[in-house]
Amino acid sequence: MVPMTNTKSDIHLIIEGAGCASCVGKIEGALKATLGVVSAEMNFADRTVIVSGTAKTEELIKAVESVGYNAKPIDDSSETDVLDEKEAADWAYYKKLMRDTFIALSLGIPLMIYSIVIGEMTVETNAERMSWFMVGVLTFGVMYFSGKHFYVGAWKSFKNHSANMDTLIALGTGTAWIYSMVVVFVPDAIPMMARHVYFEATAMIIGLINLGLALELKARGKTSEAIKRLIGLQAKTATVIRDKKEVQIGIEQVLLKDVVKVKPGEKMPVDGVVIEGHTSIDESMLTGEPMPVEKTEGDEVVAGTLNKSGVIFFKATRVGKDTALAQIINMVKRAQNSKPPIGRLADVISGYFVPVVMIISVLSALAWLNFGPAPAIAFAIVSATTVLIIACPCALGLATPMSVMVGVGKAAEAGVLIRNGEALQTASKITAMILDKTGTITEGAPKVTDIVLAHSKDDKKVLQLAASLESGSEHPLAQAIVESALERDIELLKIDSFKAITGFGVEANCENRVLLFGNEKLMKIKGVDVTGHIEQAQTLAKEAKTPMYFAIDGHLAALIAVADPIKPDSISAIKRLQANNIRVIMLTGDNKETATAVATKVGITEFLAEVLPEDKANKVEELQRSGEIVGMTGDGINDAPALALADVGFAIGTGTDVAIESADITLMRGSLHGLADAIAVSKATLRNIKQNLFGAFIYNVAGVPLAAGVMYPFFGILLSPVIAGAAMALSSLTVVSNANRLRLFKAQEH
Amino acid sequence: MIVINIIGLVLIAIIVWWFWLYKPQETVVENNEIMIEVKDGIYSPALIQVAADRPILLTFFRNDQNPCSETLLFPSLEISEQLKLNEITQVNIKALIPGEYEFHCQMKMYHGVLKVI
Repeated sequence: MVPMTNTKSDIHLIIEGAGCASCVGKIEGALKATLGVVSAEMNFADRTVIVSGTAKTEELIKAVESVGYNAKPIDDSSETDVLDEKEAADWAYYKKLMRDTFIALSLGIPLMIYSIVIGEMTVETNAERMSWFMVGVLTFGVMYFSGKHFYVGAWKSFKNHSANMDTLIALGTGTAWIYSMVVVFVPDAIPMMARHVYFEATAMIIGLINLGLALELKARGKTSEAIKRLIGLQAKTATVIRDKKEVQIGIEQVLLKDVVKVKPGEKMPVDGVVIEGHTSIDESMLTGEPMPVEKTEGDEVVAGTLNKSGVIFFKATRVGKDTALAQIINMVKRAQNSKPPIGRLADVISGYFVPVVMIISVLSALAWLNFGPAPAIAFAIVSATTVLIIACPCALGLATPMSVMVGVGKAAEAGVLIRNGEALQTASKITAMILDKTGTITEGAPKVTDIVLAHSKDDKKVLQLAASLESGSEHPLAQAIVESALERDIELLKIDSFKAITGFGVEANCENRVLLFGNEKLMKIKGVDVTGHIEQAQTLAKEAKTPMYFAIDGHLAALIAVADPIKPDSISAIKRLQANNIRVIMLTGDNKETATAVATKVGITEFLAEVLPEDKANKVEELQRSGEIVGMTGDGINDAPALALADVGFAIGTGTDVAIESADITLMRGSLHGLADAIAVSKATLRNIKQNLFGAFIYNVAGVPLAAGVMYPFFGILLSPVIAGAAMALSSLTVVSNANRLRLFKAQEH
Repeated sequence: MIVINIIGLVLIAIIVWWFWLYKPQETVVENNEIMIEVKDGIYSPALIQVAADRPILLTFFRNDQNPCSETLLFPSLEISEQLKLNEITQVNIKALIPGEYEFHCQMKMYHGVLKVI
C-alpha cells in the first residue's frame, strides 16, 4: 500500500465539540498553521470546515485535535464504508433493544405469571400496599432503563406539537403506572373493586414493543439486500499508474484520466476506456446479461463489472459519484424511498392518526365511566390504555415504503431501473405497449444477409466496390455493407465524385468505373435494367430484409440485401407481454414490407410502418384517448417525445450505457424480457403494498374498537393491555415480513 | 360524573388545539443555511423559514439510533437522503419559489416544514 495522499484540492471536515463562535478562530488558525494549507474556512452553522491546499487529511485532523476538538473527513468515505458503518450502528441498536427487552420482560413475565397463578393484583392490606409499592419502584426502573426512549421521544414530539408512536406508548404505559401508584398511595380514592395495579402491563408492553422493534430492525435489514448487493459490487481499491509506477489506492482517490490496471478476477474500480489489452468482461451483475462481453482498445468499461480473462489498462473517464454504478445506486436508493400514489392515503391518515387515537382513548374512558359496570374506573383505565397501545401508526406508515424498497431492489437485480414509485405503480397497470422496431425488437445493427450476383461470379470484387462506394455514406445500411467487407478482410478502394441522392441512393467513381447503389427508383432514373431481379427483391423484402441494387457502369451487378436481425428472445418476450393481456403495437420508420415481415415473425398483429417520430407521439395520445394505459419502449433518442408522453416510458440501455434520467424505467440489457420483468415486478409489488395496507387498515379499524371494549356488552370480551402490546409489536413486524416475501419473487420467468 | 365528562371533553379540545389548530413559530433563517438536529423522534428545528430565490443549505445531524430517522424525504422536491448516524448530511436545495415544503421520514413520524417566503 502506498501512503494515503489526498489528491483532491479541497478537504471537507466536520468538527465535533465546537460549541461557541470563538472556536472558529482557533480551529481556522490551527489549520492555517499546518504545512501545505492555503486556506481554511469554517462554517459555524454546520460545524464544517473547507481546507484548500496540499496537506493530508490526517495532518489536518491532528491540527484540529491539537486545539481541543475532534474532526472527521466528510464525503470521503466509500459507499461500502457507509454500509459497514450503518450495519454496525444497526447491530448496536439491535443489541440495545434486546437488552431493554430482557430487562423489561424479567420483571413483566414473573408479574404476569403471578397474576395468572395467584390471581387478581389488588391492594387491600397495608402489607400489599408496601409490596406493590416496591414493585411499582421496580417498574419505574424498567420504564427508565428500557423505556426512556419512548418517554423522551413523546415529550419532545409533544413540545413540537406533533405526536408519534412514542406518544401512544408513553401515554399508555404511563397511565397504567400512574393509576397503579394512585391505588398504592391513596387506595381510598378508588372504589374497593377497582383497586388493581397494572405494573405487569407497563413492564410487559415496554418489553414486547422493544422486542418488536428489534425484530423489525432485523427484518428491515433484509429489505435493503438489493442495494447492499449493488454497493458490494464496488471495488475497494484500484491499481493506477502514477509516475510510471503501479500504486494501489482507494477508489475514491482515483482521478479522471488516471491509467488504471485491472488483472483477471478483479473488478473495474471506475468507468473508463480501454487503452491497452484485450479481455472478456462479465457485466451480468449490472445488466443481467449472462454472456461475457469482449473488450479491447477503445471499448468502454464500467465500474463494478468483473474482468474474466486478460490484463487491461484503461483511462478513467468517470470517477467517484459519476460512475454508472454510483448513479445506478443513487437512482435505486432514490426510487426505493419514493412513494407510489397508492401510499398517499396512508400518509394522510398517518398525519392525523395519533391525536385521533388519543381522542378515541378519552372517549372510550368516558363511555366506560358513564355507562360501564362496576368497577367503572378500572374498566375505563384498562380500555383507555389498551386503545393507546393497540393502535399502530407504524404498520400503516411502513406498509408502502417497505414493499417499494424490496420491489425496486428486486427490479434492479434483474437489470430494470425504476425511476420512482409512481412509475412502479403505473407500470403495473399498463394495458398497451408500443415497441419501436429498430434497436428494440431488432438488434439495431443491420447486417448484409444476401448478395445475389447478376452476371459476375466474383462476389468479393462486387462487395469490395459496393463497400468502397458506401464508405462515403453515413446511412446505417451503408455501414452494414462496409462492415461486411471489413469482416471478410476486403480492402476498401479510393473513390471520387461521391454523391448522395437523398431518398434514392449514392453514386461515385472508382477505378474509372461509375458505381451506383440504391433502390429500384434510382435504377430506373439512371436507366439500369433490373427487371430480372424485381421478384427476387420482393421475396427478400417479405423476409424482413431491405434489398438494394448495385450497378457498375450502367449494368446491374448485384442485388444486396441488408437486414436488422431480430433479437433472439424478442419473440418469447412479446409472448410474455401478450399473455399478460397487454396489447403490443409495433411502430417503425421502415417500409411496409419489412415491418410486416418483422411483425409476423414476432407475433405482433398491430403495427404501423413508415412512421415519423412525431407520429409515434400521436399514436401514444390516440391510445390514451381510447382509455389505454400506454407503455412506450424505445432507445431513448428519436423516441423522446413519445417516451415522455407515454404513461410509462421504457428506455432500452445499450449494455451499461444507461440513459438513467431519460425514462421512467430503464432496461439495462437489450432484451425485451426486461419489459415483462418490470411489469411483473411492479404487479407483485403493488399486490404486496395492497396486502400490507389492507392488513394495517383492518388491524387498526378492528383493533381500536375491540380495545375500547365494543365487544364487552355482547360477549363480555375486553382486551388486556398486554395482549394489545404484543399485537402492536407483531403488526409492524408482519408488514415488514410480508414485504420481505417479495424477495422470493422471481422476475425472469422465461 | 358531570365534572369527569367536562374534564374529558376539555382534554379532547386540548388535543385538537395542541396538535392541529396551534401554529407554532417558525425558526427564521437569515442566510438560508441552518443545522437541523435529528434526535429523540423529532427534527429540531422542525419549522424553518427561509428566503425565496436563494439556494438553501440544510445540514442534518442525526443523533438518533431509531432506523426510522435514517431516511429524509422532501417529496415535493424529489429529494431523498440517507442520514448517517452521528454524522452530518448536507442537503443543497436550489432557490425555491414561495410556499411550504414538507420534509419527513418514510413514515411521517419525524416531520418538518420548510417555509419559503
